[in-house]
Amino acid sequence: MEQLDPRARSDIYGRRINRTSSPLRRRSVPYASIMLGSVLPVLLMADLMPLLPSLGFLMLLGWRMVRPGVLPLWAGAPLGAFDDLFSGQPFGSAILLWSLAMIAIELIETRFPWRDFWHDWFAASLLALTYWSAALVISGAPLTPEMFAVAAPQAALAVLLYPMIARLVAWLDRFRLSRARTID
Amino acid sequence: MAPPSSRRSGFSKKAQYSLFTGYLLAGAGAALGLVLLMLSLWQPAAFAPLRGVASDVVAPAGEAGAVTRAGSQGMIAGIAGYFQAGSQNAELRRELEIARIRVGEANALKAENARLKGLLGLTEGEIRPVAMARLVGSTATSGRRHAYISAGWNDGVRPGMPVVSERGVVGRVLEAGRGSARVLLLTDSESVLPVRRAADNVIAFAEGRGDGLLRIRLVNLGVNPLKVGDMMVTSGAGGYYRPGVAVAVIAKITPDGGIAQLVAEPASTNFVAVEPVAQPAAVAELTDPSAAPAPGPSASSSPAATASPRAGAGEE
Repeated sequence: MEQLDPRARSDIYGRRINRTSSPLRRRSVPYASIMLGSVLPVLLMADLMPLLPSLGFLMLLGWRMVRPGVLPLWAGAPLGAFDDLFSGQPFGSAILLWSLAMIAIELIETRFPWRDFWHDWFAASLLALTYWSAALVISGAPLTPEMFAVAAPQAALAVLLYPMIARLVAWLDRFRLSRARTID
Repeated sequence: MAPPSSRRSGFSKKAQYSLFTGYLLAGAGAALGLVLLMLSLWQPAAFAPLRGVASDVVAPAGEAGAVTRAGSQGMIAGIAGYFQAGSQNAELRRELEIARIRVGEANALKAENARLKGLLGLTEGEIRPVAMARLVGSTATSGRRHAYISAGWNDGVRPGMPVVSERGVVGRVLEAGRGSARVLLLTDSESVLPVRRAADNVIAFAEGRGDGLLRIRLVNLGVNPLKVGDMMVTSGAGGYYRPGVAVAVIAKITPDGGIAQLVAEPASTNFVAVEPVAQPAAVAELTDPSAAPAPGPSASSSPAATASPRAGAGEE
């Protein structure tokens, strides 16, 4: 069979016979990618203005929207605590907001069990914008028109980045479930 | 994508309980977050050790990032340079002519300064930086402007110490971890810095606006003496910064002062020096609440002195 078609006994997760996905990878990839999203903006640049949207939160939304059931409902709290260590927000803000976001998505999901990509994008954008404004309000800094003006690109980027994040999550999910372990 | 069927509880008691527990835990997480948020808004330093450990862990990775960042910026600047070579060359020649003249003037002033200082018997204390560090990164997603540097408690860095680059003031150490520290940048909206105009003694406060610019608010209101292009330097009031370090250049005039651009932009800064607190005794006096309700007669003698307790409190 392999002589006719080398991919005959494999699917998108790799060859099927005698192989299975690695349990470590299966469990760690979602969390690791969200945590990396939290740390990355800190390391990329040192600038005067807030530029990037919270990549950690976008990754959380991506995993929750693209692969429902991978993250438990309470995952927002520990991941948010990790994000708070690096984001510069007062400690606790991401714990609160990420938990609320997870509950909100759960409610959206019970109301609209069947959703397409556009619906997901709409819901994610709404959540990302709410998160952006809430994070500004509770950042501890006095609210000025300049603050909002300078943070507006963040909001636009958060909305526009979601499709890319969703593709990235889908790719990470294929990586997560690829059959890396050989069963003897 | 539809939710997997395991998330629909149906009549299964076990599924119903696990769904309920999920909601309960998520709600508890949110409540915990709210409590922690209140606590950290009330006591901003409460979680400093936790953040110190976290930034210690990522600081080495940040240093590697800073190296590539500096390299790529140099490359882009190099490419851009080719396009403007001709006109830039002519302009640089002109600037060089003027600079030569200014150097001559400055040499004369320096000589005179030395002479006058000799007459007064003043010795200029050389300020040795506590540590030299790399600017590792900043909070790029939050509305707050904090940066991380790659030196911490073990290098002698303590909260409150000023952080300067070769161009001017960058900010002030907010929290110190073991091998890294968190710096409050000047543009953070919580940052207040007493400044004066370099040319004379027009005294003002430089407040961060959170959008990369500083608002300069004059202490003595009246006719606004500021002009676009004026250089503001630290006045030394408040005791944290030594006087005379460049801070910002006025870019726009407002009724009560101006809007200024930073001299030392963190984005183009690679290495910074952490300096000791200029007047430790004064800072201790100002931060100690028991000493606060005893303003001496000197407190009302100058606007900088009356303003400094506010500045010390505002910078927290």
